[in-house]
Amino acid sequence: MRTLEQTTQEVLDLATKHFQLPAGTLAPGDDFFKKLGIDSLQTLEMLSRLENHFGIELPDYEVQGVSDFKTLAERIQSRL
Amino acid sequence: MKMRNFTGKTLRWEWREGVIELMLDHEPANEIGTAMLAELEKFVASFESLAPETSVCIIASARKSVFSAGGDLRELYATAAAVPAKDRPAGVRVFLERIHAVLNAIDAAPFVTIAAVHGACLGGGLELALACDMIIADKMARFAFPELRLGFIPGFGGIPRLKRDLGNAFVRDLLFTGRTVNATRAQAVGLVAQLAGEGEALRIARSTAAQITKYDAVTRAAAKKFIKPIPHDELRREIDLFCELFTRPTVMAALKKFVEGSGPMPYLP
Repeated sequence: MRTLEQTTQEVLDLATKHFQLPAGTLAPGDDFFKKLGIDSLQTLEMLSRLENHFGIELPDYEVQGVSDFKTLAERIQSRL
Repeated sequence: MKMRNFTGKTLRWEWREGVIELMLDHEPANEIGTAMLAELEKFVASFESLAPETSVCIIASARKSVFSAGGDLRELYATAAAVPAKDRPAGVRVFLERIHAVLNAIDAAPFVTIAAVHGACLGGGLELALACDMIIADKMARFAFPELRLGFIPGFGGIPRLKRDLGNAFVRDLLFTGRTVNATRAQAVGLVAQLAGEGEALRIARSTAAQITKYDAVTRAAAKKFIKPIPHDELRREIDLFCELFTRPTVMAALKKFVEGSGPMPYLP
């Protein structure tokens, strides 16, 4: 079982790789919509990437309104 | 007239060795409005002449990250807002009758139809894919029916076709939550026939098409007709219900909110 810290780090690593950012660019408290400037299609892509990586389903309405990586990781953790 | 190749403003198709490839290519997200509808009508009108030499039709998208975001809601809102409220259902009905005729023609095509889906496949986009015999999906594809947030139901034949193929649990989950489901889940419930790696859906659709072309055309068409009846009665009722719901003021308010919004999940209420 992953710890929340591990899950958060994996989310950060996935986002860093997906958006082709230099390592260490993203932090748990970052607002990913502001920092990455992602649109609705990119949001769906990221959702697929997270679900495929963690092997879970993360209904959109559970992450609607979530904008930072740490809270996103908490929502994922509750599905692991 | 036999139209083997066509390039329009919203889509293009090409016939090659028994396979038609239709590529949706309409900025920004392959929305199905009057422009794409007119070209889809042209596409299905070519079926009769192409059918004798066609085994498979593949429908795919040339746009990044999206198969189709569905009906063109901006156009729908603008068109509806320009006429008196009492005239809106009639205008919507004309559009629905036309798109139903197109999707019924794809559904009943005398060759095998494959939707090669990558990215977002939402609302009317999913309804287009559902008219096909098989969906081959990139593992990054996502499917949803987000219509209820706008105060209406899917109007391009979505519920009757989804019910034809899948169990009620999934149909209701999709409809009542409006959530997007990933390709793995969509395959598990029987919506997706084959899963493809990232960026591989079209290649796998072509490989599948090559296999399908090996079978006798008459047998293949008979098998399709036998296992895939078109739910005409329910499709008619869907148009009636959509038009009835469309008269409510909540619909225009929800469309306005969508058109003016810019959130990351515009498909949720």
